[in-house]
Amino acid sequence: MKENKNMQTLNYRDQVHHFGRIWTVIALFLFIMVPVAICVYTGVWPKAGDLLKGLLSVAPIFWTVGAIEVITYVPMLGTGGSYLGFVTGNLTNLKVPSALNAMQNMGVEADSEEGEVVSTIAIAVSAIVTTVVIAGGVLLLAQIRPFLESEMMQPAFDNLLPALFGGLAVVFVSKNWKIALAPMIFMIVLFVCVPSLAGSVGVLVPVGALIAIAVARVLYKKNLL
Amino acid sequence: MFDSNSGFMYALTAIVIAFVIAQSVYFLYRALKRAKELGMDMGKIKKAMVSTAVFTIAPAVSILLGVIALSKSLGFPFPWLRLSVLGALTYETSAAASAASVMGASLSNAITDPQVFVTIAWVMTLGIIVSPIFVCLFGKKIEGGITKIKDRDSKWGDIFMDGLFLGMISAFLGVVFADVSTGLTGWIPVFVMIASAIIMLICGALKIFLKAKWIEDYALPISLLGGMALSLPITDFVNSLV
Repeated sequence: MKENKNMQTLNYRDQVHHFGRIWTVIALFLFIMVPVAICVYTGVWPKAGDLLKGLLSVAPIFWTVGAIEVITYVPMLGTGGSYLGFVTGNLTNLKVPSALNAMQNMGVEADSEEGEVVSTIAIAVSAIVTTVVIAGGVLLLAQIRPFLESEMMQPAFDNLLPALFGGLAVVFVSKNWKIALAPMIFMIVLFVCVPSLAGSVGVLVPVGALIAIAVARVLYKKNLL
Repeated sequence: MFDSNSGFMYALTAIVIAFVIAQSVYFLYRALKRAKELGMDMGKIKKAMVSTAVFTIAPAVSILLGVIALSKSLGFPFPWLRLSVLGALTYETSAAASAASVMGASLSNAITDPQVFVTIAWVMTLGIIVSPIFVCLFGKKIEGGITKIKDRDSKWGDIFMDGLFLGMISAFLGVVFADVSTGLTGWIPVFVMIASAIIMLICGALKIFLKAKWIEDYALPISLLGGMALSLPITDFVNSLV
């Protein structure tokens, strides 16, 4: 029975990989066609030297972060969640917490098929709601702009990530505080000593994961988990 | 002179966003269908969907603020497009600023030179496009690696996944402390994080004492919005001390 379910899971995941790749390739084509269309419309194309200089200033770091995010987030988001999450973007501040929270509330593991399904649902809902909020915001801009950009509201949006990860940390750290302690202390000391690393936090996610996994391995081998 | 708010730019944006919405709806449909096949509790899934929708609103408004910030230089449609697909607030702003500086322009003014605008558009697009390509190329292999770990030792597999989660969370908890050396105002994000954590703990306690399962479903949006709301008096209080 279990073997049969594993086979079905495999087939379902294969199907998701298949249609996930098709959707992603079409999406990538559309994304590239946007600047192409602007160039055709204006009759102006970027000069190769300018484009290269511009890319050199962002690509090395963002392509590296992109590769690291794929390695880190694919196991968390599952097959469908990954294809959709990486196309719709805003992973760290929105899609990953949405998926983790939904899986936690549903009591399913990230690498199970149930987890895969819940993660995909959460990311899809999050992507749709984000689009609706931004569209509504742009349409009602005249009315809401004074409120959103008011000095009074500034701290709320400046502190979105601390407010998000404070709550999320309670859920996950309390489940596994023995594993969490070492990477948390390491990261706090690191950022206090080298604040300029704040802009490269994406690169440090796998460092935190490696520390957590190494500590977990030692504790596991000593039967302390 | 290039009009970054032209009907043409809105049309381009609408096409891409419509595609991404269609993709989201398709993935949602497939996942819901699979959930039914697996015999999952559809009532619980519906609750998870509502909870996710509520949780999404505050980060989405923050993304909207990013669109507004970039609209001053790039108009509304292009930042709207970039922040609705692929991108992230931190990336798009720095990519646009880098490309603008290469062209000797600044994001504090409206970009009306088509040469500058197309260069920025290309840099913003090509700079972020690799992640979905990596997912297509390596996603299956990464999953295979995790499955192998689980097959060899399922308990260790679960612990390994927890390690991944905690690695990510510890990095983002650490970054909250990045400004503490600047003085008391640098501690504001830390105080907000603690406030959000306390709200989450209160939600957990209420769930147990009141036996209210719904609180668990909304605990993350409550702690997020509560933390953001408390950041206002926290900031005022800290500023009154310095």
